[in-house]
Amino acid sequence: MSEFRYAVNVLPKPGILDPQGRAVELSLPHLNVTNVSGVRVGRRAELTVTAGSEAGARAVVDGLARELLSNPLIETYAIELLEGTSSAVSTKAPSL
Amino acid sequence: MRIGVVTFPGSNSDIDALNALAVAGVEPVTLWHESPDLSGVSAVILPGGFAYGDYIRAGVIARFSPVMRGVKDFAAAGGLVLGICNGFQVLAESGLVPGALLRNRSLRFASKIVAIKPERLDSPFTRAANGAPIHIPIAHGEGCYYADEATLDGLEASGRVLFRYVREDGCPALDPDDPANPNGSLRGIAGVCNEAGNVAGLMPHPERMSEEILGSDEGMQLIRSLVESAKEWEAAGRPAPRTKAEARA
Repeated sequence: MSEFRYAVNVLPKPGILDPQGRAVELSLPHLNVTNVSGVRVGRRAELTVTAGSEAGARAVVDGLARELLSNPLIETYAIELLEGTSSAVSTKAPSL
Repeated sequence: MRIGVVTFPGSNSDIDALNALAVAGVEPVTLWHESPDLSGVSAVILPGGFAYGDYIRAGVIARFSPVMRGVKDFAAAGGLVLGICNGFQVLAESGLVPGALLRNRSLRFASKIVAIKPERLDSPFTRAANGAPIHIPIAHGEGCYYADEATLDGLEASGRVLFRYVREDGCPALDPDDPANPNGSLRGIAGVCNEAGNVAGLMPHPERMSEEILGSDEGMQLIRSLVESAKEWEAAGRPAPRTKAEARA
């Protein structure tokens, strides 16, 4: 078994009103920023899955992303495998 | 007759709902979130609050709680389920009623008395209403009703929009930017029901205006509707929900 660490990035679907994104965008002139548009604000979750394969781990993350972390009616998600964080897990009991 | 009110960790209007049921003359029963057993109640209210802290999205963690397994089975068997505020959000996240509740267009938590109007008086949730605008409070940060255009058209065509926010003259506040539309809900929708008509959700709080001592008892029209319908369902021997074809007829 190995550990795989993922990030799930959730954003409001295109066309869905995103009042947070709009509020951020409207605040930009206060920072003297005038060349930024299309701001969307979402959320990100990071999690570690222990599984026999990356495909198996990804299936778990995909299910969670669809059922819990996002609402498919109003949001989209993208799954990102975080590099350098997967590692073999010992199946032996740890010695204390 | 007994009607249940679910208490999730973070529910804050469960006691108000229990009280309103007592005022309506039925025995209120608390249903704890950790048990799928509904104790044989004749209807269920999912109350307002912030179930499980409303983390991720309002209502989504509650969706996976044991009591919701019981509520889903109860609804599938034809039992009446009313979700108020956070309860509406739980029902929407559970897929028991269509649509989603987004962050208020203003980005502000909205706490005030609004006017809503039942779109029809022949539903189990509005039958005791007099048809005039009902003034009851809202208290929510995520109450902006959203569904895609096709779903909205379908809801309107099948009479499943139960409540809309209205102006003082009774005209619906269809525009999300209408001052009488407190959260930017599409087409001014304040409450909807499922296809079979036995599960409904609304954002305003009828149970918080259930006695004159609370300022008004206008909300009792909706509580009494639920009670009458639950009595009728029991008297009829707990019939199964209408099929899709029957619901359209």
